Amino acid sequence: MQESLHLNHFELFGLPVSFSIDTAGLADRYREMQRAVHPDRFANAPERERRLSMQRAAQINEAYQTLRSTLQRARYLLRLQGMDFNDERATTVDPAFLMEQMELRDALSELKSASDPMTSLAVIQKSITTRQRQLETEFESLFGNGDAASLQQAIQTVHKLQFMEKLAQEAETLEEDLLDQL
Amino acid sequence: MAYSDKVIDHYENPRNVGSMDKEDLSVGTGMVGAPACGDVMRLQIKVNEQGVIEDAKFKTYGCGSAIASSSLLTEWVKGKTLDEATTIKNSDIAAELELPPVKIHCSVLAEDAIKAAIEDFKNKQGASAKKSA
Repeated sequence: MQESLHLNHFELFGLPVSFSIDTAGLADRYREMQRAVHPDRFANAPERERRLSMQRAAQINEAYQTLRSTLQRARYLLRLQGMDFNDERATTVDPAFLMEQMELRDALSELKSASDPMTSLAVIQKSITTRQRQLETEFESLFGNGDAASLQQAIQTVHKLQFMEKLAQEAETLEEDLLDQL
Repeated sequence: MAYSDKVIDHYENPRNVGSMDKEDLSVGTGMVGAPACGDVMRLQIKVNEQGVIEDAKFKTYGCGSAIASSSLLTEWVKGKTLDEATTIKNSDIAAELELPPVKIHCSVLAEDAIKAAIEDFKNKQGASAKKSA
């Protein structure tokens, strides 16, 4: 059991290190593994084993949360390659992308005064999802190239995905607000 | 997290919110974003023939600190020359607004925005000078 603490998240679940993964298989495997290390099973075990099972449960949980999210998985893959995100200082300056972000946010903020906000929101959400899929495809191909320049570009793509995720969350919050008002 | 009174003031009464015609040759537009929090900032400056910033406008989608940083920045750059505006540091903004360490990146964003706006203005001037030459 101890050795597993040195495995990376993919290895832990017996998955190939890759952006495309079998998410259903991951969820099944996660549930199986969590059952195996459940504290109830170690209630009467020696202290050392109890502690190890708790560490293992935490590790399984962290690995699962990372791999199930497309964005977190992408970030993790780059980190495994030794890439540094420098999140606190990083700023994105791709003007066309930022313009699009502004427009999407303007559209979201003007939604409440629209005549049919739910329909307009659905249109915006659809375009967010489309862009997310495009960026994911872009990431997969850059990551697949594997050379230093491509990996640097992949960081930019992940940053763009982070903006999109934020937008998607805001759209979701807005949807809940709108539904509450119905 | 507690915001300082200055941040709250700028957040509740943001100065100079709006936009300018980005095709106008006397307008420089800076767009920046912080991937860590998803904040997006647009800062625009209108520069007169003496190279002085006559007006500034911003639009920011982000937290209170990001809005306050860009609002404060528009107040500061008005009346300054481009060279003077270039010397504004994120640490000046952070100090004025008493930003906590986790919000320093909002002031970084504002500094990057004014730099990008100045650069955009200069590029446009350079391009139009070439065209008329």
